[in-house]
Amino acid sequence: MASTTTTVPSAGPFTDSRSFISRLRDGDEIARLVTFIFAGSVVLITALLVYELWRESYLPRHKFGFGFFVTSVWDPIFDKFGALPFIYGTLVTAGVALLIAVPLGIGAAIFLAELAPARVSDTLQFFIDLLAAVPSVIYGLLGVFVVIPVMRQYIQPALKSSLGFLPFFQGPAYGVGFLTAGIVLAIMVIPYIISVSREVLISVPRDQREAALALGATRWESTWKVVLPFARTGIMGSIFLALARALGETMAVTMVIGNTPTISASLFSPGYSIAAVIANEFTEATGDLYLQSLIELGLVLFLLTFLLNGLARLLIVVTSQRGSEMGQT
Amino acid sequence: MKRLASLVFAVLALVAMGVAQGALSINGAGATFPYPMYSKWFDEYHKKNTDLQINYQSIGSGGGIKQVTEGTVDFGASDGPMSDEQLKTFQDKHGFPILHFPTVLGADVPTYNISGVSGELNFTPEAIAAIFLHKVTKWNDPLIAGANKGVNLPGSDIVVVHRSDGSGTTYIWTDYLSKVSDEWKNKVGKGTSVNWPMGLGGKGNEGVAGLIKQTPNAFGYVELIYAIQNKMPYGKVKNSSGAFIKADLAGVTAAAASAAKNMPDDFRVSITNSPGKTAYPISSFTWLLIPSKFSEGSKRDALKGFLKWMLTDGQNETEALSYAKLPKEVVAKETKALNNIQ
Repeated sequence: MASTTTTVPSAGPFTDSRSFISRLRDGDEIARLVTFIFAGSVVLITALLVYELWRESYLPRHKFGFGFFVTSVWDPIFDKFGALPFIYGTLVTAGVALLIAVPLGIGAAIFLAELAPARVSDTLQFFIDLLAAVPSVIYGLLGVFVVIPVMRQYIQPALKSSLGFLPFFQGPAYGVGFLTAGIVLAIMVIPYIISVSREVLISVPRDQREAALALGATRWESTWKVVLPFARTGIMGSIFLALARALGETMAVTMVIGNTPTISASLFSPGYSIAAVIANEFTEATGDLYLQSLIELGLVLFLLTFLLNGLARLLIVVTSQRGSEMGQT
Repeated sequence: MKRLASLVFAVLALVAMGVAQGALSINGAGATFPYPMYSKWFDEYHKKNTDLQINYQSIGSGGGIKQVTEGTVDFGASDGPMSDEQLKTFQDKHGFPILHFPTVLGADVPTYNISGVSGELNFTPEAIAAIFLHKVTKWNDPLIAGANKGVNLPGSDIVVVHRSDGSGTTYIWTDYLSKVSDEWKNKVGKGTSVNWPMGLGGKGNEGVAGLIKQTPNAFGYVELIYAIQNKMPYGKVKNSSGAFIKADLAGVTAAAASAAKNMPDDFRVSITNSPGKTAYPISSFTWLLIPSKFSEGSKRDALKGFLKWMLTDGQNETEALSYAKLPKEVVAKETKALNNIQ
C-alpha cells in the first residue's frame, strides 16, 4: 500500500545510478556485457587481421609505395611486383558476375515471392538453398568440364560473330578468361540473391500490395512500382552479399580464368584475380619480398571489399532516405 | 568416486600405450614431383622399422625450403637446389649448414594438342624458347617445321600453357630455357615461379594437362611420369650433341651420368642440357634437404638409416614408378656425405 522505493532497472542505459559492480548482479547486465564482448570480439578480430596484413607487408610497402597499385608487372625473379592486373581481374569478374546474376536473381525472386504458388515456391527454394551449399571447388570442376568447352565451341564464336565490333568480344577464344569466370561466379552468387530477395519480398506487408491493386494497378505494376521499391534496401543488401562472395572467390575462379596477369578490354582474354594468385603462389613463395607482396595483395583485397561495402552502405542510406520521402508524399 | 577412478585408469592406460609404442615420428615437407616415390619409400621403410614413422607433406618445393628453414619440419624436399641466399638464411638462422641429398631423377616433356598431328614432333631448343618468348606464334613457323619435315602442321596460333603455381617442374623448364636462350635468361630468368611473357596458367601438372587436352593447338610442359601415366603425346627434344631424344628413363639417367663425374660436393648441380649423345636435355635431380646437425640423436640416426636404405634398396624401386635411379658415382659420393650429418 505504501509506495516502496525499490529501484526498478529501467530500459534506458543511463538512468540506472548504481555502481557497475552492483549492476552486475542483474542477469540483464551480465547478458549485456557478454553479448557486447561477442560483438566487440568480431571487431577486434577484424582489426587484428588488418594489423597483421599491414605489419607483414612492410617490405613491398616501403619499396613500391603507391606504385604497387598502378604497376602491371609481377616478376618473382627480378623482384618487381604490381597489383594492377589482379585488381582489374577481381573487379571485372565480379562485375560480369553481378551483371548476369542480379537481373536473373531478382527476376527469380519475384517469381518465387509473388507469382508462384506457395508449394512450388518452397520446393524451388529448397533446391536454391542446396545450390548455395555446394563447395566452390565443385563449381570449379563444373567450369572446367562444362562451361569452358561450351564457351570455346559455341558461345564465344557466337558472341564474336554477332557483337565482335565491340572491344569486349574480340581476340582469340580460348574458353578460359574473364567472361567464363564471370559466368561461373554468377552461378555461384545467384542463390544468395534469390534467397535473400525472396525473403524480403515475402515480408512486404500485404496491405501495400492490396492498396496498389485496389487503386487499379495490374499485378506487374503493383510488383514493380510498389513491392520492389519497398523491398529495395533488402534486395540491395543481397546484391552486396553476392558481391562480397564474388570478390573473394578463389578455387572456382583460378580453374577457369586462365591465370595470366593481363589487363585487356576483351572479356575473352585470360586474366587473374587477387584471391587466385594468392592461392596459387603463396605456399611456394620463397624470398621475403615475394611473400610480403602476396600479403600486401591480401591487404588490397580487404581494402577493396571494405570500400565496396562502404559504398553499399552509403547507397542504402541515400536510397532509403529517398524512399521514405517518396513514401511520405 | 567410481567415475574418477575409471577416468584415472583410462588416462594411465593411454599413457602406457604411448610409452609402450616408443614410436619415433619424423616430419618432412616439400616437392610434389617425387611424392609418389617418397610415399612408397616411407611406407616400405616403416614396414622394416615399425617404430619409425616418417610423414611427408607434398606442399611444393618452395614450401619445403621455407618450412625446413623455419624448423617446423625435420627435413625438406625440393626439385630445385636451394640458392646461395637460401642457404645463407638457413645458416644464419640455425648456425649450421643444410645438406642436399639427390634421391631420384625426373624430366619435363613438351606436350601438345594439334588436330591432325598424332605422332611425335621434334623440337629444337631455339623453337621452344621462341614459342615461350612469343616470338614464334604459329605452328607452321619455319623454326618448328624445319625439324619436322613431312608433318602437316596447321597455320593456327599456338596456345602456350604453363604452371600458375610455383613448382619444381617450372624450375627445371626455366633452368633449361635459361641455358639455351640468352634472351630468356635476361628477360625472364629461372625459378619456381616466373613472369611468363605469355600463356595460360594451369594449377598443378593436372591443370596444365587439362588445359592442353581441352584447348586445340595448345603447347606446354608436364613432368615425364605425368605424361606417361596420362597417355599424353609428347615430343622429342634436341640435346646438346644434336640428337633428338624422346624422354625416357635411360635418357634421363644418361643426362645424370655425365654430370656425375664432376658432381660438386654439395650436390647442387643442374643437369639440364647436359652433354652425352643419349642424354635427355630437360632432366633434373630432386633433393632431400637435411640439416647437418640434429639435437635429437634418435632422429639423426633414423634419418641416416633411411638415407642409407634409400641409396641401396630404395633405388631398386624407382623404375616401377617411372623414376630414374641415381648413377653409381652419385650414390657412392652420397654415401660418403652421410657422415656430414651430425
